[in-house]
Amino acid sequence: MNTSTQPNIPSPMVSVGNGESRTSKAKDKVKMSAENVEVFYGNAQAINGIDLDIYENEVMAFIGPSGCGKSTFLRCLNRMNDTIDICRVEGRITLDNNDIYAPDRDVVLLRAQVGIVFQKPNPFPKSIYENIAYGPRLHGLAKRKAELDDIVESSLRRAGLWDEVKDRLDQPGTGLSGGQQQRLCIARTVAVSPDVILMDEPCSALDPIATAKIEQLIDELSESYTIVMVTHNMQQAARVADRTAFFHMGDLVEVDSTDTIFTNPRDQRTHDYITGRFG
Amino acid sequence: MSNIALIATLLVIMALAYHLGLTRSRAVAAENDVRMHSRPGYYGVLVALWCGLPALVLFLLWSFLAPQLIEMLVTHQLPHELVASMSGRELETTLRRISVLAEGRGVAGGGSAQELAAANHMARLHTYENLSLVALMAVLVVAGLTYAKRHISPQWRARNQVERVITFALAACSAVAIFTTVGIVLSMLGEALKFFSFISPAEFFLGTTWNPRFNTAGSSAQGEFGLLPLLWGTMMVSAIALLVAIPIGLMTAIYMAEYAPRWLRNIAKPVIEVLAGIPTIVYGFFALIVIGPFLSSVGDVIGINIRTTSALTAGLVMGIMIIPFVSSLSDDIITQVPKSLRDGALGLGATKSETIRQVVLPAALPGIVGAFLLAASRAIGETMIVVLAAGNNPVLHGNPFEAVSTITVTIVNQLTGDMDFASPQSLVAFALGLTLFVITLGLNVIALVVVRKYRQQYE
Repeated sequence: MNTSTQPNIPSPMVSVGNGESRTSKAKDKVKMSAENVEVFYGNAQAINGIDLDIYENEVMAFIGPSGCGKSTFLRCLNRMNDTIDICRVEGRITLDNNDIYAPDRDVVLLRAQVGIVFQKPNPFPKSIYENIAYGPRLHGLAKRKAELDDIVESSLRRAGLWDEVKDRLDQPGTGLSGGQQQRLCIARTVAVSPDVILMDEPCSALDPIATAKIEQLIDELSESYTIVMVTHNMQQAARVADRTAFFHMGDLVEVDSTDTIFTNPRDQRTHDYITGRFG
Repeated sequence: MSNIALIATLLVIMALAYHLGLTRSRAVAAENDVRMHSRPGYYGVLVALWCGLPALVLFLLWSFLAPQLIEMLVTHQLPHELVASMSGRELETTLRRISVLAEGRGVAGGGSAQELAAANHMARLHTYENLSLVALMAVLVVAGLTYAKRHISPQWRARNQVERVITFALAACSAVAIFTTVGIVLSMLGEALKFFSFISPAEFFLGTTWNPRFNTAGSSAQGEFGLLPLLWGTMMVSAIALLVAIPIGLMTAIYMAEYAPRWLRNIAKPVIEVLAGIPTIVYGFFALIVIGPFLSSVGDVIGINIRTTSALTAGLVMGIMIIPFVSSLSDDIITQVPKSLRDGALGLGATKSETIRQVVLPAALPGIVGAFLLAASRAIGETMIVVLAAGNNPVLHGNPFEAVSTITVTIVNQLTGDMDFASPQSLVAFALGLTLFVITLGLNVIALVVVRKYRQQYE
């Protein structure tokens, strides 16, 4: 068996597709940066010393087998792990060169800057309008009703949902279809105008058509936001991500442009994963 | 043969039958060198059931019907003119004397010749009855045993049949609870109707004066039976109780569900639930001896005349009693709100208390309202605390610092002491009980519907 770190690459399972190379966008400014991040659940270590830079306005995908720590790491980026009692994060994560785990850091404001969309759509049991207006109200982003109306409309437009729901803004968000609910959640996140949007397997509960809509949306949103997404679907990473990071058993194995990861990975484990040998 | 010995023998025979079925099925399997449909234990159980169950059913029916049959036969045997001359109640007494004599004990004044003859006859009938019961049971046991034993074969699906018997047994147990409820309601309804033959429903439900006069036996004095003062007292005490229990209980639930560290929760939850385990009579004298005088002296200080036993005293203590109902039900409901909703709000930058107030509580509200209603129905039906601490003053007034009386207290008053169950003074208890039942049933039904609706929301 060939164990060299420079394997002869058979043609990968995943094709990078239509020739359009997303890596051509200029990406140089570091938006978020992780230095030697370790995460523990009680005594069990879930993440072993990860270093990673995320550039402004790029789409970064985390891939890897189940339980590899990619979601855990994603949730460190806006301190959602704080809500889990036994979870402990060490190392340094910065947003615009400011440590987000610094003692005087306001978690509430951090989460407004780094929004998150979850795996399962989780609209509040309120009306569509109230779902979107919730965040802006919390942070006092609108002084008058008209301003709030504008934020709701523009957020729904950005999430590509406006035309579908504009006539029933007062109906419960839970009454929408799964794909619409997920776009509602994205709109809700967009409404507080974050810099970074984290997405934790945003399409895994959706059918292919709804998935295609979300992917197109991610593409559009990357014009104005930095997007970090976790995905189980390698084709999806190949379709939407500028760069892809491969996680395995708590390690960040390699990170590179999506083209490189899928056509010419450096590590044997990455190669095995993308060719379907495990995971 | 006494009934206990009979049942014990039957159980021993069933145990033997079990063993027989077990060994027989093994033997059949070995003889034919096949796999039986079920494991040997199931054949054992089934043989035991075939052997014992029919006999047991016969026994139950028999002990239900035989005494009535014997009574009928004995009555027939008595001289006709004697029976015709007696009223129903006299006949009952005579029969009771006869059966005492038949058991070989004496009765007041010794038995008359006729009674002694009848008693002899009855004793003889008892012997026949007993013997024929034993004989019939023996026949059933043998028949069942033979039938079941002969049926043991690899194709006999013993396991499935045992399953069916178990299902039936479980259904029968649930039926007991349901029939009991129906029985209680029907008997209450019957007695309440008797009461309404004395007092018109309009007078009862709309009357504003409660003054039933004496309830001693034989008294024919008519009183006034107006429900409203009692209903008002009940509502006032319950409302005060809920005013105490709902805020404290809900805050407790929120703290326990959302803020308390695990170790504290593990200690505090059982301790709070101990409150629900304190006997209500203890709450009652706690109210009477501690809270009442305390409130009264507080009233002196701030210049309000608060009686020691008042709606306030009873309501306050009752509120403390129902705190654990509110808190533990609400706690369960708050915990049921999915974590994803909390994450959604936190992820948008909401603080913890904003998340709870604006997302968790609204989502849990229907369930929490259900918890409140259950607590309310508990408060309305509560008795001992109000008996001791509310002051028993069935007058319509709006002052919570004065003594009141409630429906439950009045039922206790009407049913203690020398009673005549033909007088409206006693029968009114059934009308009051029925009213109370309808109120709490209504609250429970609404609460259940509300809670169920809430559950569906997250499935």
